[in-house]
Amino acid sequence: MSTQQQKPETQESPDDSEMNGTESPQQERLEKKERSMVDERSADESDLEGDTVHIKVFRYDPEVADKQEPRFDDFHVPFKKGMTVLDAVMYARDTYDSSLTFRHSCRQAVCGSDAFFVNGKQRLGCKTQISELQQPVRIEPLPHQEVVKDLVVDMDHFYDQMHAVEPYFKDEDTPDASDLEEQRQSRENREKVKMSTRCIWCASCMSSCNIAAGDNEYLGPAAINKAYRFAMDDREGDEIKEHRLRILEQEHGVWRCQTQFSCTEVCPKDIPLTEHIQELKREAVKKNLKFW
Amino acid sequence: MYEHDVIVVGAGGAGLRAAVAADEAGADVALVSKLHPVRSHTGAAEGGINAALQEGDDWELHAYDTMKGSDYLGDAPAVETLAKDAPEDTIRLEHWGMPFSREEDGRVSQRPFGGLSYPRTTYAGAETGHHLLHVMYEQVVKRGIQVYDEWYVMDLATTDEDDPNDRECHGVVAYDVQSGKIEGFKANQGVVLATGGPGQAFDHTTNAVSCTGDGHAMAYRAGAPLEDMEFIQFHPTSLPSTGVLISEGVRGEGGILYNNEGERFMFEHGYANNSGELASRDVVARAELTEVNEGRGVNDEYVHLDMRHLGEERILDRLENILHLAEDFEGVDGLIEPMPVKPGQHYAMGGIETDENGQTCIDGLYAAGECACVSVHGGNRLGGNALPELIVFGKRAGYHAAGKDLGEPQIKTGYGDDVEDETDADLPVAPGASGLDQSGGVAADGGVTADAEGILERTVEQTREQIDYLIEKDDGVQHAEIRAKLQKAMTDYVNVFRTEEGIKKALKIIRECREEYQDVYVDDPSRTFNTDLQQTIETRNLIDVAETIALGALVRNEFRGAHWRQENQIRDDENWLKHTLISWDDGEPSIFYRPVILEGEDKTYEPKVRSY
Repeated sequence: MSTQQQKPETQESPDDSEMNGTESPQQERLEKKERSMVDERSADESDLEGDTVHIKVFRYDPEVADKQEPRFDDFHVPFKKGMTVLDAVMYARDTYDSSLTFRHSCRQAVCGSDAFFVNGKQRLGCKTQISELQQPVRIEPLPHQEVVKDLVVDMDHFYDQMHAVEPYFKDEDTPDASDLEEQRQSRENREKVKMSTRCIWCASCMSSCNIAAGDNEYLGPAAINKAYRFAMDDREGDEIKEHRLRILEQEHGVWRCQTQFSCTEVCPKDIPLTEHIQELKREAVKKNLKFW
Repeated sequence: MYEHDVIVVGAGGAGLRAAVAADEAGADVALVSKLHPVRSHTGAAEGGINAALQEGDDWELHAYDTMKGSDYLGDAPAVETLAKDAPEDTIRLEHWGMPFSREEDGRVSQRPFGGLSYPRTTYAGAETGHHLLHVMYEQVVKRGIQVYDEWYVMDLATTDEDDPNDRECHGVVAYDVQSGKIEGFKANQGVVLATGGPGQAFDHTTNAVSCTGDGHAMAYRAGAPLEDMEFIQFHPTSLPSTGVLISEGVRGEGGILYNNEGERFMFEHGYANNSGELASRDVVARAELTEVNEGRGVNDEYVHLDMRHLGEERILDRLENILHLAEDFEGVDGLIEPMPVKPGQHYAMGGIETDENGQTCIDGLYAAGECACVSVHGGNRLGGNALPELIVFGKRAGYHAAGKDLGEPQIKTGYGDDVEDETDADLPVAPGASGLDQSGGVAADGGVTADAEGILERTVEQTREQIDYLIEKDDGVQHAEIRAKLQKAMTDYVNVFRTEEGIKKALKIIRECREEYQDVYVDDPSRTFNTDLQQTIETRNLIDVAETIALGALVRNEFRGAHWRQENQIRDDENWLKHTLISWDDGEPSIFYRPVILEGEDKTYEPKVRSY
């Protein structure tokens, strides 16, 4: 089964200034992101102290008779200050139903395992304070991916797209052990690729992208960002960069992006994904002009 | 059945590096991991990689600092290998594209870290581990190395000779988490365990939920001894509510610790008059808890770490990730207020006993990274020494397993002539297997030596029976209850400050956990992505590993490195310049000791008073 058909409940149409392209700075969007989180706060944390939080969790298991039809289970979890969505589902699993299934590992927003669709938006469970959400908190698997069980989705397609951009440094002449010299890189250049290297492969962006939903071959924001990380790194030569741009400008590459900013909106690491995609479009145009 | 030359279990920094090395050496290598590689806990490492790269620094200084930091329980051949190989392996990461922080002239930046005589911690912001993990995975993708991700390795396929030194490991048995399918993985040349730490044995830990000591437990039950398990590092700066790590880089850049009276206690209360906040981690962790115990803690629980004076620009440049962590997991803005911190379980210095080529006493079985004990870190690991260990010893284990000659090791493994038996340990309860034990350890075949395939098939069969039993059993105890009890006992009694009485209590509770585990069952009947099953098996591993930590802590009646004992608060070099080794012995564990090697290549490291 798939959640392909489900429409996000709170999908907003991107506002005009964003549609117009790349002018709006990352900072502005971050602030907006912040504001929207505050708006959603249902209550002060102190109001919840001693109370329970109501969560509704998507359930599905192809093998178990009463879970073959997808359903939502309700859990009431005792609230504790600082409780995250991940804390809540872990509590529900460890206390009420040990078959409740989801991926999680580091609990600190770096392993990228626990991206869920929470109240209609892609978020990392471990990084989302439950007190900031409207109750009941609806927790679903990431849309546009096959559901394996409960909140676990099949990540193979996402990994395939990540691998499709040749995501590795193409430094073919690494010197031998004895005389390894570091390559120089300017601080500016390191700064340029810094945000792109923060990706934790959580697949939130891919799940939020309408284009990726309709075109299975579209590389998607995460993979293009991965390519950006290499294409913009001065330590790789010009020839390699051209090769990378050729991969990116193919039919299902950068030109598919319609700058809706949904990926940038949901990225838990605040990577300016849409800006990176736009920049690669410009690079691709420049490269092609060069050969005219 | 799958078949490869080398099977690497675990795909964090050490596992990925081992796989790349085995591939470089021409072997057909595969990674088998319960997580997709990029989910591994190496990604949470923040601080950096110690390597003597600059002029004015050299590997001998690095080795000296490491030996001093280890409180003279590191083995010199391992320590020197680490210090010598680290520069080359660090620069190799740079060539593989690692986005290190840079100086104005374009060279990689290095910063001061606790216990270092030279600023040699090479870093990429405060997210060095994340970049290392991704760069290593990129190399695995580049080489087309086969990855079996979300396959949970349950057991080793090992022969069952009486003496573990005579045993051979022929592969592993794993099940596919997604489908429940159980398969044997035959390793023609070697199995490398790189399964990470056992932090989930404690309830306040910086470690991921996946850090359950699986490799430790499998190797232990197969007959490889666990070494120096009592040495657990409690990181001085973890966030109080979640255990999320705040990098030592904050103190490296100049961050200051204050108690509730606003005193800079590291100096004002004389814990480390020279190095202050940058004393070794064990020293700072004890200082913080002493402050709290003497009533000078903030809210009676933690102390403050202040970095505001570093200025926004420097913080954003070098420690930006810390701001996010403090905000997201503690609701504190590090730019305008101090961050609450307290010691949290962070790292296990001990592990599966190996030599400097990563080999255990079992033929064909290797270990590298946090699950292994070479031993580089001895009684206490220095900040910035875990990541070089991953790449240096991961590489060596991968090479050696693939047949590359790395020379004769100087470190000995397994029970032998050079060890001393522990004969009068005062144990409150018998450790080891209990009643009907659900995991076989070695494949007992009554002495009939089968071929590699036969041993593997038999281990697959045992694993299948074990899983069927757990899933088909309809009621009993659930793992979460046992795990919580175990974690609480370890945090209550085998923490920073340890007493004989407390450790004995812990051993009794561990025994109870074992007995309760006899009645454990898996409620989820599904074979699809059954995390209930996986956690149930992990819990068994945690019981075995926690018991060795407590046993080591009980017998080592001295104060060395991270291990503090109330009854004997001195470093007792006369009696304790030796490693603690615990062997499963088919369910009736025994304890023995092997002298530490302080003789290096051309000098001997004389134990000195360790002051910072």
